[in-house]
Amino acid sequence: MALLEIEDLRVEYRTLRGAVTALPGFSLTIGEGESVGLVGESGCGKTTLLMAMLRHLGPAGVITGGAIRFEGRDLAHASEADLAKVRGSRIAIVYQEPASALNPTMTIGAQLAEVPMQHQRLPRAAALARAAEVLADVHMPDPRAALSRYPHQLSGGQKQRVVIAMALLANPALLLLDEPTTGLDVTVEAAVIDLIGELRAKYRTALLYISHNLGLIARVADRVGVMYAGELVEEATAVEIFAAPRHPYTRGLLAAIPRPGASKETAALLPIPGTVPSLAHRPPGCGFAPRCAHFSPGLCDAGPVAMAGTEGHRVRCLRWAEVTAAPAPPSFHRAAPPTAALLESRDLCKIYRLPAGALKANDGLDFAALKGEVLAIVGESGSGKSTFARILTGLETATSGSLRFAGAEIANRTVHRRSAGEVAAIQMVFQNPDGTLNPSHAVGWALGRAVRKLGGLRDRAKIAARVEELLALVRLPASARHSRPRQLSGGQKQRIAIARAFAGQPEILVADEPVSALDVSVQAAVVNLLLAIQAERGSTMVLISHDLGLVRYLADHVVVMYLGRVMEAGPSAAIFAPPYHPYTEALLSAAPLPDPTHKPRRIRLEGEIPSPLNPPAGCRFASRCPRKLGTVCELTPPPLRETADGHLIFCHIPLERLRAVTPVFAPEMVEP
Amino acid sequence: MKPPFPARSAADAAAGAVARAAEQIDRPSPSLLARLPSSRIAMAGLCLILFWVLVALLAPVLPLPSPTAQDYLAMGHPGPSAAHLLGVDTLGRDTLARIVWGARIVLLVAPVSVVAAYAVGCAMGLLAGYCGGWVDLLISRLADIILAFPVVVLYVILIASVGASALNIVVAVILSSAPAISRIVRGITLGIVRKDFVAAAHLRRESALHIMLIEILPNCRGPLITDFCLRLGYTTIMIGTLGFLGLGIPPPAPDWGGMVQEATPMLIVFPLMALFPALALISLVLGFNLLADGLNELAQKD
Repeated sequence: MALLEIEDLRVEYRTLRGAVTALPGFSLTIGEGESVGLVGESGCGKTTLLMAMLRHLGPAGVITGGAIRFEGRDLAHASEADLAKVRGSRIAIVYQEPASALNPTMTIGAQLAEVPMQHQRLPRAAALARAAEVLADVHMPDPRAALSRYPHQLSGGQKQRVVIAMALLANPALLLLDEPTTGLDVTVEAAVIDLIGELRAKYRTALLYISHNLGLIARVADRVGVMYAGELVEEATAVEIFAAPRHPYTRGLLAAIPRPGASKETAALLPIPGTVPSLAHRPPGCGFAPRCAHFSPGLCDAGPVAMAGTEGHRVRCLRWAEVTAAPAPPSFHRAAPPTAALLESRDLCKIYRLPAGALKANDGLDFAALKGEVLAIVGESGSGKSTFARILTGLETATSGSLRFAGAEIANRTVHRRSAGEVAAIQMVFQNPDGTLNPSHAVGWALGRAVRKLGGLRDRAKIAARVEELLALVRLPASARHSRPRQLSGGQKQRIAIARAFAGQPEILVADEPVSALDVSVQAAVVNLLLAIQAERGSTMVLISHDLGLVRYLADHVVVMYLGRVMEAGPSAAIFAPPYHPYTEALLSAAPLPDPTHKPRRIRLEGEIPSPLNPPAGCRFASRCPRKLGTVCELTPPPLRETADGHLIFCHIPLERLRAVTPVFAPEMVEP
Repeated sequence: MKPPFPARSAADAAAGAVARAAEQIDRPSPSLLARLPSSRIAMAGLCLILFWVLVALLAPVLPLPSPTAQDYLAMGHPGPSAAHLLGVDTLGRDTLARIVWGARIVLLVAPVSVVAAYAVGCAMGLLAGYCGGWVDLLISRLADIILAFPVVVLYVILIASVGASALNIVVAVILSSAPAISRIVRGITLGIVRKDFVAAAHLRRESALHIMLIEILPNCRGPLITDFCLRLGYTTIMIGTLGFLGLGIPPPAPDWGGMVQEATPMLIVFPLMALFPALALISLVLGFNLLADGLNELAQKD
């Protein structure tokens, strides 16, 4: 029995420059209590679809055709009065940014109580009681007290729980989730996803997840739709889509991210060339045709492509039956012979003196990075990864301890006290492509300046030649030097940033979440590029990331940090197999993998990350550890446990017991 | 030449797609000034300003009497006549000539003083926003103190104490405008200082001066262009007000504000004597304000 039936929905945006079609004809059915996931990159019309379903498109958006049938009403043509009966009560939405979904001037209780007061005409006291019940349902600690708090007094994960509680208050039949966990730490994300699943079972609510994160969709959805350029291009059960994708776009998306357990030695990532077409320049025929490797002139660009395929696995491709999946491209990575340590951190500490007390952002970091390898630093926000990057790059100095780069002590010297060679040798690629380039200056200027300062060139002609070399290095045309950053896509900006970092001869490249802000199809291109340049130049890469799939793929060595301390360090293969540090185990179990058949053992961390101003005295992780032994963990710093292959674990639990756990990943997923 | 991507196995198929979806970089969207003609308001303002600039430039060649020459015969009938198109003032000087020559003064003193105020204000704002800490505290509190005075009172105190001259007007405009400009620049700087491109500049060991002037200042230009035009308008009014209060450009130089003031005793008998210089002042200020509005509107469309 279908709960929601979207049939041939057409949405246009009417702007001063004319009308553009956002959704040319979208159809989707959601059954009662079903969980449907929609994936697609930014600009594919996912958010437009959600807003059209709520008839909240803004003044420019117009529904020009089709129907949205929900519980006997056609929402596309319903009156405002009818819509008011549906919005918030029968269909609720959880927005992407929990911080901006809550009103900062109202208490949680007041905001939650509005829903039953509005929709069920409950008196205020009853509404507040109902709010407290639902807060208990979303596992909010001390729900009664939470009612009188303001949003700024809650953590990000708690805010998202409140938003979910608000959506559930009216007991909706359909819950729309727009990137519900973007911006949350992986352990918090896992807890929120579990919570939604639990509530779905309890209230029999149907879910529509919208996300670009394939791993998340694989974990939560029964049925998956893939959106491209405003159209549904493929629809099947989650297992089918991930095991046997039929549309070239779906295949492209899956080939662009590391398969579970894959590493750079075993398989290469395959980017999808080009970008999502803009609404105004929709290609005739198949929307994906300009980027498709199986494009056939005269066929794919002839006219609109209808849904084809088989019952239960529909695909909008004319050639789906004849096109076979391309074999995974072989790895091009050649393992470099092991080398000496280039970077050595010994007992490195960074303490910020704040009015509220001393904040130990880094507390006794001990690890090394070998020449030419990729060292990944993993941990949730607040773990001190970025502080370490700032000390390494010389933006700040350490409070104590030592950081030796090629034998020279750099922990106590900022860039201004480092030699020109040392400055050029340690460069960085930043997370946010929009902030990484100065919008006031052309690309050529930015690169030229870097060449002048880092490469030491003075001659104008030589600088210009070097800038062209750098653009070629990151596979951009030489004409790109005239572009302003606002004319570039996110991936292009990130490539310019990589070129800038390589203006000198960097021996260490610090990459702080280099692809997390990019679309999936672009991520692969940037990862490949980083890897290729890094291997070619023999540079060491210090990768800072929370994306364990990417870390598994890229890293040779991994350091796991929690609250400023190293929990575990070792070769990548060893980190992803037992023995695990309990924190690593929880991180791995929480990481969403693009494989719906993968059901990791559920290890969920209780509570929030403690304040770094007042960390636990013993093991930093003691307050949230699911395998805590007892007071010894809280009071005594954990001993170092070392295995034969250089795998270090700081834990009170003996190695034998740490080893005797079932792997979070199936063994074949760990060993290539 | 190394192959660009490890796509060799699927290379044949992918090559076509790569070619069709070749690296696309959007065309540059035209700059704010290039789009100026698309805003009617901005163009109207610009026309008014250009009219006065033209008038000021052509003053020496226009067939006008000297702005200080007195026509004693016309004093009896100061209204418009064939000899004096806009009439004469109480001393028998030609109003049109004085307005035209007065435009030269306004259009010199106002921009010079605003530019000078900008130099000081940007320096203050950049230092405050970039350095932070006690530098910020000192500059911001200083700005607050100056901004606490009503602008007119500030001008009057300043000019009355140091004497009326073009240079002192410039100094007074710097003192009253620079703190407001510094606030704008400081606010923008605070946001930009945290951006990654500034961190990247630090990682190249750029000097603080380079970061402030080359990395940060150009990103302030959007709000500053609008403010610059508005401030030209305010300053023009202020110069007029000072002239009216007798604190403007010293006589006998033709000063629009002074002309209005000289005509006020005769306002009931000869209202046109005050009206013409007042209209000149209003039209120029209107020009600056319309241009500012238009630029603001264009900036919002970005």
